[in-house]
Amino acid sequence: MLAYIIRRILQALLVMAVMSGLVFVGLYVVGDPVAMMASAEATDLERDAIRASFGLDKPLWQQYAIFMSHALRLDFGKSFLTGQSAMGLILERMPATLELACVSLLLAIVVGVPLGIWAGLKPQALSTRGIMTGSILGFSLPNFWVGLMLIMVFAVYLGWLPAGGRGATRMIGPLDLSVLTLDGWSRLLLPACTIALAKAALIIRITRAATREALPMDYIKFARAKGLAWSRILRVHLLKNIMIPIVTVCGLELGQVVAFAVVTETIFAWPGMGKLLLDSIITLDRPVVVAYLILIVFFLVMLNLAVDILYTVLDPRVRLQGAKA
Amino acid sequence: MSDTVVIAALDDIAALPAPETPWQRLRREFVANKFAVFGLVLLLLAICAAVFAPWISPQNPYDIGSLDILDSKLPPGSRSGAGTMTYWLGTDGQARDLLSAIFYGLRTSLMVGGISVAAALAIGSIVGLAAAYFGGWIDALLMRIADIQLSFPAILVALILLAILGKGVDKVIIALIVVQWAYFARAARGAALVERGKEYVEAAQCMALGWPRVLLRHMLPNCMPPLIVIATIDLAHAIALESTLSFLGVGVPVTEPSLGMLIANGFEFMLSGTYWISFFPGIALALAIVGINLVGDHLRDILNPHNAR
Amino acid sequence: MDDSQNLLSPAGVAQHKADVLEVQGLQTHFFTHDGVVKAVDGVDLRVGAGEIVGLVGESGSGKTITGFSVIGLVDPPGRIVGGHILYLGEELVGAPEPRLQQLRGKEIAMIFQDPMMTLNPVLRVDTQMVEAIHAHEKVGPAAAMARARDALALVGIPSPQERLLAYPHQLSGGMRQRVAIAIALLNRPKLIIADEPTTALDVTIQAQILYEVQKLCRELGTAMIWITHDLAVVSGLADRIAVMYAGRIVESAAAADVIGRPRHPYTQGLINSIPTRATHGSLLRQIPGMTPSLLHLPRGCAFRPRCGYASDACLNEPQAVELPAGRSLRCWNPLADE
Repeated sequence: MLAYIIRRILQALLVMAVMSGLVFVGLYVVGDPVAMMASAEATDLERDAIRASFGLDKPLWQQYAIFMSHALRLDFGKSFLTGQSAMGLILERMPATLELACVSLLLAIVVGVPLGIWAGLKPQALSTRGIMTGSILGFSLPNFWVGLMLIMVFAVYLGWLPAGGRGATRMIGPLDLSVLTLDGWSRLLLPACTIALAKAALIIRITRAATREALPMDYIKFARAKGLAWSRILRVHLLKNIMIPIVTVCGLELGQVVAFAVVTETIFAWPGMGKLLLDSIITLDRPVVVAYLILIVFFLVMLNLAVDILYTVLDPRVRLQGAKA
Repeated sequence: MSDTVVIAALDDIAALPAPETPWQRLRREFVANKFAVFGLVLLLLAICAAVFAPWISPQNPYDIGSLDILDSKLPPGSRSGAGTMTYWLGTDGQARDLLSAIFYGLRTSLMVGGISVAAALAIGSIVGLAAAYFGGWIDALLMRIADIQLSFPAILVALILLAILGKGVDKVIIALIVVQWAYFARAARGAALVERGKEYVEAAQCMALGWPRVLLRHMLPNCMPPLIVIATIDLAHAIALESTLSFLGVGVPVTEPSLGMLIANGFEFMLSGTYWISFFPGIALALAIVGINLVGDHLRDILNPHNAR
Repeated sequence: MDDSQNLLSPAGVAQHKADVLEVQGLQTHFFTHDGVVKAVDGVDLRVGAGEIVGLVGESGSGKTITGFSVIGLVDPPGRIVGGHILYLGEELVGAPEPRLQQLRGKEIAMIFQDPMMTLNPVLRVDTQMVEAIHAHEKVGPAAAMARARDALALVGIPSPQERLLAYPHQLSGGMRQRVAIAIALLNRPKLIIADEPTTALDVTIQAQILYEVQKLCRELGTAMIWITHDLAVVSGLADRIAVMYAGRIVESAAAADVIGRPRHPYTQGLINSIPTRATHGSLLRQIPGMTPSLLHLPRGCAFRPRCGYASDACLNEPQAVELPAGRSLRCWNPLADE
C-alpha cells in the first residue's frame, strides 16, 4: 500500500512538471505581458527595464530553469500584476473556493441520494418520470445560465438574497469560513445551489442506476425472505452497497466542481481561486497561472488517490483482498 | 404420433410472431417515448433555425447600418422607432433585434459544437480503434495520454488552451476538439476491444486485408452505436462548454457571437431589470441542449445491451 | 381410495389438519411486454409436518416461482392470479403484506440457490444473522448472538464465533450455504423452502449438506420443500416427489413410487436420462426437443410435442387425477402401472 501511494505521488510530480512546462512555453509564445503592465506611453527603454526586472529578457529555457529551481523551494514567483507571491495569492483565495465546492457537493448529495433511491424503487411512478426529466434539465442547463436565473429570481425580483460576494466569516482553527455565520449562508446559498443543481442531477442518475442494479440482487430478496422491514433493507442493505459508487463519483466530482467554480465565482463575484485564474489568463499574469495549475494538478492527484483509498475502506471485499495480497 | 398431432405442432410454430429487425425496434422504442420525440422536435427546430437564419431573421443584427441606436434596450413586443418591424423579443444594448440575434447565435453555437464533435469523433475513434487493434505499447501509450487528459476538468484545459491560442472561432473549435477526443478514444477502444474478439475480425485478418481496411470497413461500423450515443450527448456538452467560455469572455469573438456571448452581454443589464437580453438567448440555449440531451439519453437507453430483450 | 384421501372422512380431516402447507390450483402469471407468461398454471401441493417434498423440474418449469409464490415474494410484472395457499389453514393469497412479513423468516423460511449472492457482501455475518432475529422478536444483543452461534454450530460450522465476525466473501461456498441454512433455522420455522441450495456447490459438500438437512428436518419436525432439477439428488432425500413441467405438476407421489414406477412419460424421460453404471459406455438418453417457451405454450398438454406416447386426446389439456397410494397424475396416456 505504501509503495502504491509513493508511486502515485511520484507520478503526480511528473505530471506537474510536464504541465508547468507546457503552460510555460505556451504562455510565453502567446503574448507580451509587459505590454499589459506598462502604460501606453511608456518608452521602449522603460519597457526594457520592466522586462529586465521580471527576468523576461532572458531566453525561454533559462526562464524555465530559474522557475523550476525556485519551484523546488516552493517559491513560485511573484505575480506580474500585483507583485505578491503567486502561490500566496492563490492560497489566500483557496478556502473560499473549497468552502463553496464542499457546501455545493453536500447539498447535491443530500438532495440527490434520496431522490435517486426513490426513482430506483419506483421506476414507473409519475413522480419518478418527473425526477428523471428534471435531472436531464439539471445537467443540460448551462451552469452560468442557472446562476443568472437564480440571481434574477431571488435577488432582483424577490429580493430575498443578496446577489453576490461572500458573507462575513469566522475563524475556526487556521481557516476563515463563512458557513459559520448567517450572513455567510445567505450569500453562499445561491452560488451553492447553482453548482448543486447539475451535480444533484448527476447524483440522482447514479443513485438510481445503482439502486436499480442492487434491488434485484439475491441478497435483497433474501433480506425480504427473512422478514425484514423495508426501512431496514433500504437503510442498511441497499445504502451500504450503493454508497460505494456514489462516494467514488462524488470524490471525482469535487475536482470538477473546484475547477468549474470559475464560472460561478464570476457570476456571483465570489472571491475564490477560479476568478483569480480567469483574470490572470486575461492579463497574462503567467506566474499566477502556472502556480494555479501546479496546485490544481496536485489537488486532483491527491483527490484521486484519496478516492482510491476510500474505495478500499468502504468495500470489505477489496480491503481484505488487498491486505492478503 | 398421428398426423393431426404433427400438423398441430407445425401450426403452433407458424403462430409465433416474426422477430423484428433491430432498426424496427429502435424506431418503435424511440417513438414510444414522448420525451424522446419532444427532444427530437426541439433539436430539429434548433437546427432549422440555425441553418435558415439569414432567411428567417427579421433583421441581420450584424449589419450595423440596419440598426437604429434609439431602439436599444426595448422590451419584448415593442415596435421599432421607424415602425418597420416588431421586436418580438426586445432589443439589446446595441439595438439589435434579439430574435434575429438568437437565430444567428444558434447558428454559431451549433456550428462550433457540431464541427468540434464531428472532428473529435473522427480523431478519437481512429485513435481508439488503433489502440485496441494493435494493443501492446501503442495501446498503453495512447490510453495513458487520454487518461491524463481526461483527469483534468474540461474547462481548465479549454481555458489554458485558449489562453495560449488566443481568440477566434477556429481556436475555440480546436480547444473543444482537444477537450473531447480522449473521451471518444476511450469509448471507441472499449467497443473495439469487444469487436476484436469476434470472429469476423480474425476472418478478415486471415484474408490478409491491410489493417486500415480491417479497422475502417469491418470494425468501425460495428462500433458505431455506442459512439453515436456518446456523440449526441457530447454535442450538448460541447455547446454548453462553448457558451460557458464565451460567457467568460475567452470564447468566440464579438463579431460572431454565440448564445453564450449574447447572455454575457446581457449580464450587466440584469440587475436593473432589463432581463430579456440574457433571458431569451438563455432559454434558446437551454432548449437546444435539453433537446439534444433528451434524444441522446433515450438513444442510450434503447441501445444499451442491458435493456435488449 | 383409502380414508385419508377422502377429505370429508375423519381421517381426511386429520390429514388435512396435519398439513403445514396446502397449495391448491396456484396460478402465478407474469405480464410482460411480449405477452403473459404463465409461469405457474395450476399447481397442487401438500406438505405435512416434518415431511420433505421434492419439487423437480427443468429450468423454466416454474418451480422457483412456485417457491416464491408460497413465501409471497413474487415481484411485478408477476403476480398470483388464482388458487389458494393455505399455511396451517390460513389463506396466504391476498393476505396483507404486514402479515406476510410476519410469517417470512419466522414461520416460513427460504434458502436460495447461489450462496455467493444471497449474503450481502458488505455486511458481516453476525449482522445478517442477528437482524433476522430482531425482525421478529425483541431479544437482547448478547442473547441474539448466542442464538446465532448455536445455529451455526447446528449446521456444522466449526469455530462459529470467528465465523460470525467474518464477511461473506471470506467463507467458502459450502460454508456460506450453511450460514444461509442457519439463518433459515434461527427462528425455528415450520416450513423451509429450499430453492436448489446445493446446485452451486461441490458434489461432496452437496452430499454433506443433504445429509445434515435431512437430519435437522427429522429432529426439529420442520417441513421442507426442496426445489431442484436434479432427480437424483432428491431421490434419497425426499419423502414425496412432485414433478413439474411448463408450470404444472404432471406427477406427484411417494419418492419410491416416482423413481421406481413412474407413470408420466416426462418423469420416465427424466429418470432415463440420469447416467448410471448400467448406462456406462452407451449413448446418454435425452428427451427430444426443448422446453416450450412459457409465452407460447402448445395446445393441450404442454409435453405433447416431445412425448413418444402422444395421441389426439393430448390436444386437450389433461386434468390432475388422484390415484391410489397418494399419487396424482396429469396425463391422457400414462405408462402402465406395474
